[in-house]
Amino acid sequence: MIPAAVGYTRVDSTEAALAALAEHGDEAKLLAGGQSLIPLMRLRLAAPSMLIDVAGIAELSGISVVGDTVSIGAMTTHSALEHSGELAEACPLLAHVASVVGDPAIRHRGTLGGSLAHADPASDLPAAVLALGGTLVASGSNGSREIAATEFFTGFLESALGADEMLTGIKVPVSTGGWSYQKFNRRAQDWAIVGAMVAEGGAGVALVNMGATPLRASAVESALAGGASSVEAAASAAEGTEPSSDNNGDAAYRKHLAQVLTGRALRDAGME
Amino acid sequence: MTVTDNPTGGIIGQARLRKEDPALLTGEAKFMDDLVLPGALWVHCVRSPHAHATIDNIDTSAALATEGVEAVYTGADLAEDWAGPLPCAWPVTEDMKSPEYWPVAQGKACHVGDIVAVVVASSRYASVDGAEGVVVDYSTLPAVISIEDAESDQVVIHEALGTNVSYEWPLIPNPEGVEAAFAEAAHHITETYVHQRLIPAPMEPRGVAAVPSPHNGDMTLYSSTQIPHILKVMAALTAGIPEHKMRVIAPAVGGGFGCKLGVYAEEIICLALALRHGVPVRWTEGRTEAATATIQGRAQRQTIELAADENGKLLAVRATLLADMGAYLQLITPGVPLLGAFLFHGLYDVPLYSFTCKSVFTNLTPTEAYRGAGRPEATYAIERAMDVLALAIGVGPDEIRSLNFIPTEKFPYDSPAGLVFDSGDYQPALDRAKELINWDARRAEQAERQAAGAKTHLGLGISTYVEMCGLAPSRVLASLNYGAGGWESATVRILPTCKIQVVTGATPHGQGHETAWSMIVADRLGVDPDDVEVLHSDTAISPLGLDTYGSRSLSVGGTAIWMATERVVEKASQIAAHMLEANAEDLELANGVFNVKGTPGAEVPLAEVAFAAFTAHDLPEGLEPNLQAEVTWDPPNFTFPFGAHIALVEIDEETGEVEVIDYAAVDDCGNQINPMIVEGQVHGGIVQGIGQALWEEAIYDEDGQCRSTNLGDYLVPSAAETIDMKLDHTVTPSPTNPLGVKGIGEAGTIASTPAVMNAVVDALRHLGVTEMAMPASPMRVRRSIENAQGGAA
Repeated sequence: MIPAAVGYTRVDSTEAALAALAEHGDEAKLLAGGQSLIPLMRLRLAAPSMLIDVAGIAELSGISVVGDTVSIGAMTTHSALEHSGELAEACPLLAHVASVVGDPAIRHRGTLGGSLAHADPASDLPAAVLALGGTLVASGSNGSREIAATEFFTGFLESALGADEMLTGIKVPVSTGGWSYQKFNRRAQDWAIVGAMVAEGGAGVALVNMGATPLRASAVESALAGGASSVEAAASAAEGTEPSSDNNGDAAYRKHLAQVLTGRALRDAGME
Repeated sequence: MTVTDNPTGGIIGQARLRKEDPALLTGEAKFMDDLVLPGALWVHCVRSPHAHATIDNIDTSAALATEGVEAVYTGADLAEDWAGPLPCAWPVTEDMKSPEYWPVAQGKACHVGDIVAVVVASSRYASVDGAEGVVVDYSTLPAVISIEDAESDQVVIHEALGTNVSYEWPLIPNPEGVEAAFAEAAHHITETYVHQRLIPAPMEPRGVAAVPSPHNGDMTLYSSTQIPHILKVMAALTAGIPEHKMRVIAPAVGGGFGCKLGVYAEEIICLALALRHGVPVRWTEGRTEAATATIQGRAQRQTIELAADENGKLLAVRATLLADMGAYLQLITPGVPLLGAFLFHGLYDVPLYSFTCKSVFTNLTPTEAYRGAGRPEATYAIERAMDVLALAIGVGPDEIRSLNFIPTEKFPYDSPAGLVFDSGDYQPALDRAKELINWDARRAEQAERQAAGAKTHLGLGISTYVEMCGLAPSRVLASLNYGAGGWESATVRILPTCKIQVVTGATPHGQGHETAWSMIVADRLGVDPDDVEVLHSDTAISPLGLDTYGSRSLSVGGTAIWMATERVVEKASQIAAHMLEANAEDLELANGVFNVKGTPGAEVPLAEVAFAAFTAHDLPEGLEPNLQAEVTWDPPNFTFPFGAHIALVEIDEETGEVEVIDYAAVDDCGNQINPMIVEGQVHGGIVQGIGQALWEEAIYDEDGQCRSTNLGDYLVPSAAETIDMKLDHTVTPSPTNPLGVKGIGEAGTIASTPAVMNAVVDALRHLGVTEMAMPASPMRVRRSIENAQGGAA
């Protein structure tokens, strides 16, 4: 649990972060809350030669609601999401999902942007942003661009972010329709074995840990759009998924859980 | 021996906060990795990534070229540095087979984590960097992972032994009687259970530092160990250091649960390298490293058979074990299954008994003691099987137990395995546990849910237990071929200002000895417990002791404290009598004052006596100055705590999730010194036992790779999984020691695992599920339901 030697620089603006990224290139990794990167480094599964610490960039932290859009700085911690009264009103699903990530220590360090950029299919928040139909803002040397969440997760721990880009903000629509997150794990602080997320009365349904990326359960969404009941719709939750097998569950069990949890999430969100 | 009618001073029996906790909880206590040792070299162990492989070549050149690396040693390099292989102190049979176990493997690695080289560097970071440069060429061999494969001897791990079987150990006092009982019994129950391997996972992993004094030959070994005294003897022999030059210090130790009850390779490596380099040499274990480098617990397959008459009265119990030793024998590895050998009939009155254990080597981390060590395994087998017997007879699990409890009037009870159970009164504990869990109402609720076709099911599980604590009478240990005694030593010293120093050889690692020992002394002397300082864990301060394990500390070490206090009081009373011009026999000590019985006003405070003993200006003729006494107590018998636990679980049929929603525990550990410490031990023990039932498992693949090497994959229950527990106790004093105490450190772990598993099966029986393996993970439970219902997904 001893990482290799690593350089470290702390920046206080997006501009400075991008400059440092340009300077150090492939050797560098952006360090946000460090809740995924640091364990990988301690196991020597990751060995960047330079860490660019962006956690303290003040302009990237905060939640604002303007019109129908909630804008969240990438360095906003899970704890800030969990305890924001504004977010609880504008997008209760996201506030709730933030409150069930890991444990309090993790939530005080971990950031929304860090979690999304890490793109772990077993993480809670990527699926929430996906279910909500969110948009991610990336800044790079050529300015900033917006990426739809549905286009962001490209593979296992891979995202659409370019090597010279950093995630700076997240936008989700104000969403107060029926919602639910059914996270199934064995201990409170663990990753979900499977999770099922319902946003905006079933307009968005997403699955955690059911494949290489966080997934939209499109078969469920179409069934609902076609008038199916929650029971009927949930039956198609595992359609097209290729979940992995591990100590806690094999693929067949995960598919079974996806159906059970999606059904529960739909009913919890108020659907018959 | 009679049980003292104490508490005399009103302190014994008080629920007092633990005096050691503020320092432990605030970080003021110094744990192993807190030690600052200027100039120390750091060791990193290069470990085998293969379960079974020959070591063909080790290239250390790149490692030696790494900045900060001072040296790299292979097994061959250090072969002359050991005075002997790592010790096993418990050769349970004359013909037990034991492979040579060297601190650094030579020629072959026998489990993932086996040390094949060590890197010595100026910092911990440099030692790890250097280890990345050690290139080892291996030729992998077929790995023996399951105990069944081990028993087959198709692949023999240690060629020189010719077999994977280490020993077979039978305990069958009356073979013909057992055979006849099974032949004639109305009911013959046969059950097979598997105890999965467990990773002990104390909060603090291990750590070692060897600090030499090159000019005078002294060597101080710091280790996060449960057993500094035993380690001193064994390390001196293994590292070839004269014992009188060895000092062992256990700093604050962040838990052990049995896994720090060994003599480990890293301890001997640090000693050898400190001798070579003439400077302090230290090593700190990583959490992932600990998963395969530190011993594991349990790991046995049990077959238990019950012979019973038509009413369910037990006639005979027969237990047959196949136990997994792992790749080598650690200090007491072979003896662990035998700590349960006498208890497979539980707390039931059974005339005939048969126990056999066969122990085998596998290509996995060695096993050793883990909280309860042998007794959880025995209790699990009999308590699970009793539920099966109850079903066969058609009575409740409570009724089958009550029918078979050893009757109170039979104590002291000559057990069919040859022990004498000291005292017991079992039915009241079960009655009280049923009351606490609201047994009848819960049974009714369970039936209602089943009738309504609910998808969440309730289950009730009982576990009644007796265990043997207070390790141990030295003569009994001799009969088991154990390499040491079971006594404990204590010194009580009243200082000139009437503050008290107590020295104990029972080394604590979180149990609360400082609080309990000071209460025992303060109770007798009539002083404030805060005026009693308990010294321990350093062989220079406490030269004699046998340390802490097997719930022995209070009944053996605490008794020694009590006796040493008595001896000091005897001497003080002679001085007091001299001062009062009275006879010592006429004096009594109450509230810290000696007074002449029946003569008001004729009194002298203990404090004045203490000062008089120090100045020695006017002592009785022939009496030595100072107030100090040392006692070594060797108990005449084990102690036999008991109790009844009941778990209520709720199972989600669709997901397979098991939740313990209520829990009642009634334990009887004899007299209690500090009920708060008793409760804490029971709370922690119950959760640890539930951990085995529901979460914990060292998962190995077919190549012997551990797939649960961190706390994300090895599921130790956390505070969030902990439930409110309803605790109560009965008090049946032990006649084995003057305090009337028994022991409580392991009871919770022993009782809770079968209680929860019985509850799980009870919840699912109406769905056709008749058996469940551990841990009862959601997937396993769900699959069992699907299989019982005909394979529907």
